Amino acid sequence: MALHEISFLIEPQEGYESIPVDWAHNGVVGSGDMELLMQKTDSAAVQVNIVTPVAGYDAIWEKVLRKFVAEARLGGVSIEINDNNSTPYVVATRLKQGLLEAKAGERE
Amino acid sequence: MDYQVILNGETYNVAIEEIDAHEEPIKAAAPMPQATAPAIGRSAEHIRQKPGKWNILHQDRVQRMQAAARLVQAGKIVDADNTVALIETIIKPGDKVNVEGNNQKQADFLSECLSLVDPSKIHDLHIVQSSIALKEHLDIFEKGIAKKLDFSFSGPQADRLARFIHEGKVELGSIHTYMELFGRYFIDLTPRVALVAAYQADKNGNLYTGFNTEDTPVIVEATRFKQGIVVAQVNEIVDELPRVDIPGDWVDFVVQSPRLFYVEPLFTRDPALISDAQVLRAMMAIKGIYAEYGIQRVNHGIGFDTAAIELLLPTYGEELGLKGKICTHFALNPHPTLIPAIESGWVSSIHCFGGELGMEEYIQNRPDIFFTGPDGTLRSNRAYGQMAGHYALDMFIGGTLQIDRFGNSSTATMDRISGFGGAPNMGTDAGGRRHASNAWLKCGDEYGMKAQLTGDMPRGKKLVVQLQETFREKMAPGIVDRLDAWDLAKKAGLPLPPVMIYGDDLTHLVTEEGIAYLHRCADIEERTAAIQAVAGYTDVGLEANESKTRELRQRGLVRTPEDLKIDTSRANRSMLAARSVRDLVRWSGGLYHPPARFKNW
Repeated sequence: MALHEISFLIEPQEGYESIPVDWAHNGVVGSGDMELLMQKTDSAAVQVNIVTPVAGYDAIWEKVLRKFVAEARLGGVSIEINDNNSTPYVVATRLKQGLLEAKAGERE
Repeated sequence: MDYQVILNGETYNVAIEEIDAHEEPIKAAAPMPQATAPAIGRSAEHIRQKPGKWNILHQDRVQRMQAAARLVQAGKIVDADNTVALIETIIKPGDKVNVEGNNQKQADFLSECLSLVDPSKIHDLHIVQSSIALKEHLDIFEKGIAKKLDFSFSGPQADRLARFIHEGKVELGSIHTYMELFGRYFIDLTPRVALVAAYQADKNGNLYTGFNTEDTPVIVEATRFKQGIVVAQVNEIVDELPRVDIPGDWVDFVVQSPRLFYVEPLFTRDPALISDAQVLRAMMAIKGIYAEYGIQRVNHGIGFDTAAIELLLPTYGEELGLKGKICTHFALNPHPTLIPAIESGWVSSIHCFGGELGMEEYIQNRPDIFFTGPDGTLRSNRAYGQMAGHYALDMFIGGTLQIDRFGNSSTATMDRISGFGGAPNMGTDAGGRRHASNAWLKCGDEYGMKAQLTGDMPRGKKLVVQLQETFREKMAPGIVDRLDAWDLAKKAGLPLPPVMIYGDDLTHLVTEEGIAYLHRCADIEERTAAIQAVAGYTDVGLEANESKTRELRQRGLVRTPEDLKIDTSRANRSMLAARSVRDLVRWSGGLYHPPARFKNW
């Protein structure tokens, strides 16, 4: 099956924060699920790269990611997603979990 | 059989079936007396001009029974090899026939035999039965044996049924709810012949229907007490039954089927397949609805969302201190996922519509909880279960495929006519209800349109709740602008879109985004705004107005997981009291015996 790639940049809000660790990983590419990799970067904007088997939902991906970045006041990070048919709820959940674990990783 | 009618000095031969079919004009069979013969009226009034003829149906029955006498062995027993001949003898063209198709137990051997009759002898039957589940249920339409269909639920045959209706092979009467169809058995859809299924019979025709009694009593009563004929297929003929579920004098013929009848394990949900999103919706429902209203009497739909609720009672429910306050009484099939809650002492009583494969021994050992017979085994009964589900519950909660911006929901898709089953009767406010419970009173008290409808008069309201993921698999939206049911209605020529639960009955919508308390809304605009507020990234959800959503949240018409103070990071499978079928077996102390397909150990 041809995989569909989506890339976009999200400008961060003022007072943004990056993740406290160099990188964080969450999730697996099981059916209805996805794998998330977040990496600290030098640029302020959030670079998003998504690989998914489903085409036609680019606008929804962007809305979910923009909401997450805005609510988390995130910047200086790249987000890579390998998706296998996750619903927007699963995507939003994995993003929140990934960030929580990245923050917890620092404390350990 | 033809019956002679003398009308205005002329003698007419009238087919008995047409006498029974009051909605259709009675046609005179050949020979026609003359071309200008007066049309015979719509009712049996004309026929009754011949005095003393009040037992036409009975006479017809006697004739059919006499013709079949040659096929009977001892008592009422007919050899399986003679079943096709029996059916060809007792059924006449145009008869209304019920082939017992429940949503679980199937009279599959009799159904197969009906599909093997000679269509030149038996044709144009009017099938009246609740479920169209087997291939043979529709084969008879392809062969011309049957012509018209009135039913409730089609499940596995839904796409073929849609095609047959479209191609004109099936003349569709109506799609009913179970209770509605059962009601019509006693009004205008009374079967002339019923082909039913039971576990055991004795030679006198007494039947043991056991765990899966389901529709049998209502079918047999409607048929036999209107002078119809009842044939039962059984797995076994025995000298003594464990108990009598159907008295033998209501049953005319018994056939020992060459194979056990088919039963579908329809209500077994593997906990291993419950998703984190379902756990979150279940947590929200428990805290924002069950606890909020003190829901004690409830029916759960068959999906994974409600399975998640059942499996959260001993964990999350316990933590919230809800034991004894919610979920004490159920109208419910014996869901294996309810075992942990039962074992933890949550449940006082469960009445079942049908049985469930593998739950037999468990139920037998929990007679305080389930309705069991003098023999100790479950007695289910769909008619009583539906009645209880309509009138005696505080809440119905289930899932659907699509819900629109007004809250109307449907499981119909373009190419499938799946019917209704029982959900519309449970998922509707019972207008005739008069007894009060706290949950019912609270919901009625909150009803935003009450003052416009009944002024200052207090009245309760049943909670009707739908659990809905905003997107299902393959990104199919669960909340849509327009239901596929509209297109289906057009394509199949239905008089109206098949709606499972209407928006004005729906009180609560639960998605992973939040709960919309729809009954609290003052008008349809506000209801739509509340639905939009929980519709996530669907087209409907993207139309939500942020400031309106904020206002609805402040007024408690919409509540998010955050508003409900639910920690979403806890919403995962580790919350479930059982995470596999094997866990359920452990909870049951080895009394639950899951069917092989659910066992992987």
